[in-house]
Amino acid sequence: MKTHTTALLLMSLGFPVLADDIAMEDQSQILTGAGDPASSKYFQPPKESELPDNTYGQLVQQGRAIFVDTKTHAPDYVGNGLACANCHLEQGRKANSAPLWAAYTMYPAYRKKNDKVNSYAERLQGCFQFSMNGKAPEADGPVIAALSAYSYWLATGAPTGQELSGRAYPEVPQPEGGYDLAKGEQVYDAQCAVCHGPNGEGQKSGDLYVFPPLWGADSFNWGAGMHRINTAAAFIKENMPLGKGGTLPDEDAWNVAAFMNSHERPQDPRLIDGSVEKTRDKYHANDGVNLYGEIVNGKMLGKGI
Amino acid sequence: MNVPLWPLAGLFLAISVSAHAADAAAVYSKGGTNPAAMACATCHGAEGEGMAAAGFPRLAGLSANYMRKQLADFASGARANPIMQPIAAALSHEEADAVSTMLADKPQPQVERIDRTALVDGPGESLALSGAWDRNIPECVACHGPSGTGVGDAFPPLAGQSAQYLSSQLTAWRQGTRKNDPNDLMGQIARSLTEDEVTAVSTYFAGLTDKGAAK
Ligand code: HEC
Ligand code: HEC
Ligand code: HEC
Ligand code: HEC
Repeated sequence: MKTHTTALLLMSLGFPVLADDIAMEDQSQILTGAGDPASSKYFQPPKESELPDNTYGQLVQQGRAIFVDTKTHAPDYVGNGLACANCHLEQGRKANSAPLWAAYTMYPAYRKKNDKVNSYAERLQGCFQFSMNGKAPEADGPVIAALSAYSYWLATGAPTGQELSGRAYPEVPQPEGGYDLAKGEQVYDAQCAVCHGPNGEGQKSGDLYVFPPLWGADSFNWGAGMHRINTAAAFIKENMPLGKGGTLPDEDAWNVAAFMNSHERPQDPRLIDGSVEKTRDKYHANDGVNLYGEIVNGKMLGKGI
Repeated sequence: MNVPLWPLAGLFLAISVSAHAADAAAVYSKGGTNPAAMACATCHGAEGEGMAAAGFPRLAGLSANYMRKQLADFASGARANPIMQPIAAALSHEEADAVSTMLADKPQPQVERIDRTALVDGPGESLALSGAWDRNIPECVACHGPSGTGVGDAFPPLAGQSAQYLSSQLTAWRQGTRKNDPNDLMGQIARSLTEDEVTAVSTYFAGLTDKGAAK
């Protein structure tokens, strides 16, 4: 009885402090056997019209609103111009765009690499700290509750603990001879700038972005999964240019992903002792293909912005 | 000592601005130097508000660069239309430039902001706010902005245009007479729509007002 209360007390005391800590330190790639872009038989999440009109339905709708327009509906936790749905297309439904229905049933997840188990709440908190360059919402607070309810609802009928086809972003093999930043810039100018702007700055309507920024102060930070060139290439190949997913050759997807990720963006919040080198060694050296701490055009990347 | 010069500078500025504006206004209401460049106001309305029943589009508040590009595309034939092609071809560069700038400064219609978080009702709104991703069709507002009010120079507003005009353009892409969009971004979407969807989504955007969507 006594130990129980102390534990609870410690937890509740601990939260405000922990909120500024890193919720999910391991942001390395989700290793998935799935990702068969040719398959058309994906899990079908329920339709919006099937959502019950009760308190549960309202919580799910709140979660959807946060996911689609994060800055308006969870402003305290967002530090850039992005929304969750910018990277998880079709409001978190699209197969091969890291859909929520394929994620929800895979947590708690054990990672051998650092011998840790991460809960779904921690995964969501990680997205806020890295992809959204913000703060982790309280694990037992309303934002995580709403996002979890939305994910749970999308996963209605999905088997628990079984990896579904269409999870994450399907890997695109790296071109022989590596990637080429100059060619990536050409792809960018021809295929991306019309929406994302000549300098990756995005385009707004009113105060909110319609076309999200790809680099710079309003984009994802150096700790986000999208900073890996291989992950960005996979996302881009499958989803960009918007409405024309799957049309870029693998090589173009890699080159333009590398070009995008060869620009400065907000610092990795896991920065160790203010040292890019130490942070690179601990978190980036073995995390896919990335340019954090590398010298590009005579400048070291990863200083933050 | 410098102070007395200011009113003069202001006067000078006012003269040069109004000289420029007079040009554009004359082209708009009386036509260009070449008589084939007919007065725009005849079809696009005194204030550029368009003529819904005839399917003549609104021009007030569109991006100047978007209009310049459309006039150049009519002139070159990249956008085919029997009415506008000879008119655009007869406009000089300077006239096209001036009239586009003038029209861009006019007010856009006020519509309530409806974005992807709204609950969708009906097939038109569903396409507009959720798309039809099983056929790779993104929601219209992902490119045309919330309520379809337009974004930057490349994505024109849909709100404020009539259903007749909107559906005529979607049909033009489906039939291949309009193919001037960057990288076929719009063409491949229009070609994936059914006729019923063209009608529903055109009616939806045409019905947006400052009080939201027509229900
Ligand atoms: C900048 C792009 C980006 C943004 C913005 C973003 N994410 Fe992610 N998300 C990713 C990437 C990349 C991954 C990991 C994919 C991998 O490692 O292969 C991911 C993974 C996830 C996962 C785990 C998926 C799985 O299958 O295990 C969830 C859940 C998730 N994100 C939710 C969110 C939420 C909620 C938000 C908004 C608060 C958000 N994301 C914002 C890019 C983004
Ligand atoms: C027609 C406009 C359009 C084009 C062209 C386009 N994008 Fe996007 N892009 C978008 C939109 C809109 C989103 C957000 C999707 C959403 O919210 O539904 C997005 C999202 C992204 C994201 C994730 C969000 C972020 O800010 O990091 C990346 C990365 C991206 N695009 C890269 C590219 C690249 C690279 C190209 C060129 C190969 C490209 N895009 C071409 C419209 C476009
Ligand atoms: C006789 C009627 C008529 C006159 C006069 C006319 N227009 Fe048009 N205009 C049209 C029609 C019809 C369209 C739609 C064409 C189509 O369907 O592609 C159009 C389309 C346009 C567009 C494209 C709008 C968009 O949203 O893409 C622009 C720009 C334009 N006109 C400018 C002008 C200017 C400038 C003038 C005067 C110099 C002018 N028009 C005179 C009938 C006219
Ligand atoms: C991937 C981005 C994208 C999406 C999504 C998109 N559009 Fe467009 N749309 C464009 C572009 C680009 C143009 C301008 C073409 C040009 O420059 O001539 C355009 C132009 C138009 C026009 C002509 C407007 C005018 O003034 O002439 C209509 C009508 C239109 N779109 C309707 C729609 C509808 C309806 C949807 C949803 C079903 C939609 N669009 C979705 C990119 C998009």
